[in-house]
Amino acid sequence: MSIAITTQIICFIILSLVILIGALGVVLLESIVYSAFLLGGVFMSVAGLYLLLNASFVAAAQVLVYVGAVNVLIIFAIMLVNKKEDLKPISDIKSRRIISTSICLTLLSLLIRVDLTNVWPLSSPQNSIGEESTIRIGEHLFSDYLLPFEVASVLLLMAMIGAIVLARRDVMSKDISTGLPVDQELIEKSSEPLLTNKN
Amino acid sequence: MMNLESIPIQAFLIVSSALFCIGIWGLLNSRNAVRVLMSIELMLNAVNINLMAFSSYVDNNLIQGQVFTIFVITVAAAEAAVGLAILLSLYRNRVTVDMESFNLLKW
Repeated sequence: MSIAITTQIICFIILSLVILIGALGVVLLESIVYSAFLLGGVFMSVAGLYLLLNASFVAAAQVLVYVGAVNVLIIFAIMLVNKKEDLKPISDIKSRRIISTSICLTLLSLLIRVDLTNVWPLSSPQNSIGEESTIRIGEHLFSDYLLPFEVASVLLLMAMIGAIVLARRDVMSKDISTGLPVDQELIEKSSEPLLTNKN
Repeated sequence: MMNLESIPIQAFLIVSSALFCIGIWGLLNSRNAVRVLMSIELMLNAVNINLMAFSSYVDNNLIQGQVFTIFVITVAAAEAAVGLAILLSLYRNRVTVDMESFNLLKW
C-alpha cells in the first residue's frame, strides 16, 4: 500500500464510524426503508475497508454482489410486503430487551478481550502481496479450491430455482374445470390468506 | 501521532466484533422479518471483515482468507434470495411480516 500511514488511519476511522453508526441505524431505525438504504452504505464502507487491506478484487465483488444484488433484492422485498400494520404490543418486552442487550454486551466484551489479549502470529511485512492478490485468488479458485468453486455454482443454481419456485404465484392460462381462458386480472388479486386467524 | 507501520490488526477485529454484536442484537429484537434478514447480512459482513484482516496480516502469501470471503459472499447472495422468497410466500399466506405471529412451531 503506497498511501501514507496517517491517511490510512484517517480513512480507517471514518469507514469504521460509518459502518458502526450505519449498522446501529439498520437495527434501530423505525422506518424499514431507511434501514435498507443505510445497509447499502454499510456495505459500501466494508468495501472501503477491503481496499485498505489491499484486496481490490474482493472489494469489487462486495460492491457488485452486496450493493448491486442483495440490497436491491431487500428493497424489492420491502416494496412487495410494504403494508402498514399495527404491531401487537408484547407484554414482557422490557425483560426481553434487557436479556438480549446484556447477552450482546457480554459477547462483545468477550470478543474484544480476545482481540486485544491474544498474540496473533503476524507475518511481516504486512500487505506485501499488493495488487497480485487477484491473480492469487484466481490460482486458488482453479487449483486447490476447484471443488468448492464448482459446488458454489451448483448452489447458486439451486438458490435461483428455489427462489423462483417459492415466490411465484400459480398462474394458469386455462381454467381447469371449464376450459375457458382465465381472466388475467385474477393474477393481480391476492388469494385468500390461509392460517391468518391461528395465533 | 504514534509511530506505526500500518493499522494494527486489532482495530479491524474490534470493528468486526462490534458489527457482529449489533447484528445479533438486531436478529434478536426485530419485529419485522425483513430487518432480521438485514441483521444476518450484517453478521456475515462482520465475519468477512475478520477473514480479510487475517488473510492480509497473518497469511499474506497465500491469501486463503480472500478466497473464503468470495465463497461467503456467494453463500450470502444465495441465502438472501431464498430467504426473501420464503418471506414473500409467508407474507402471502399470513399477510404479516411480524416475527411474533410466526409461532406455528412454538412449544
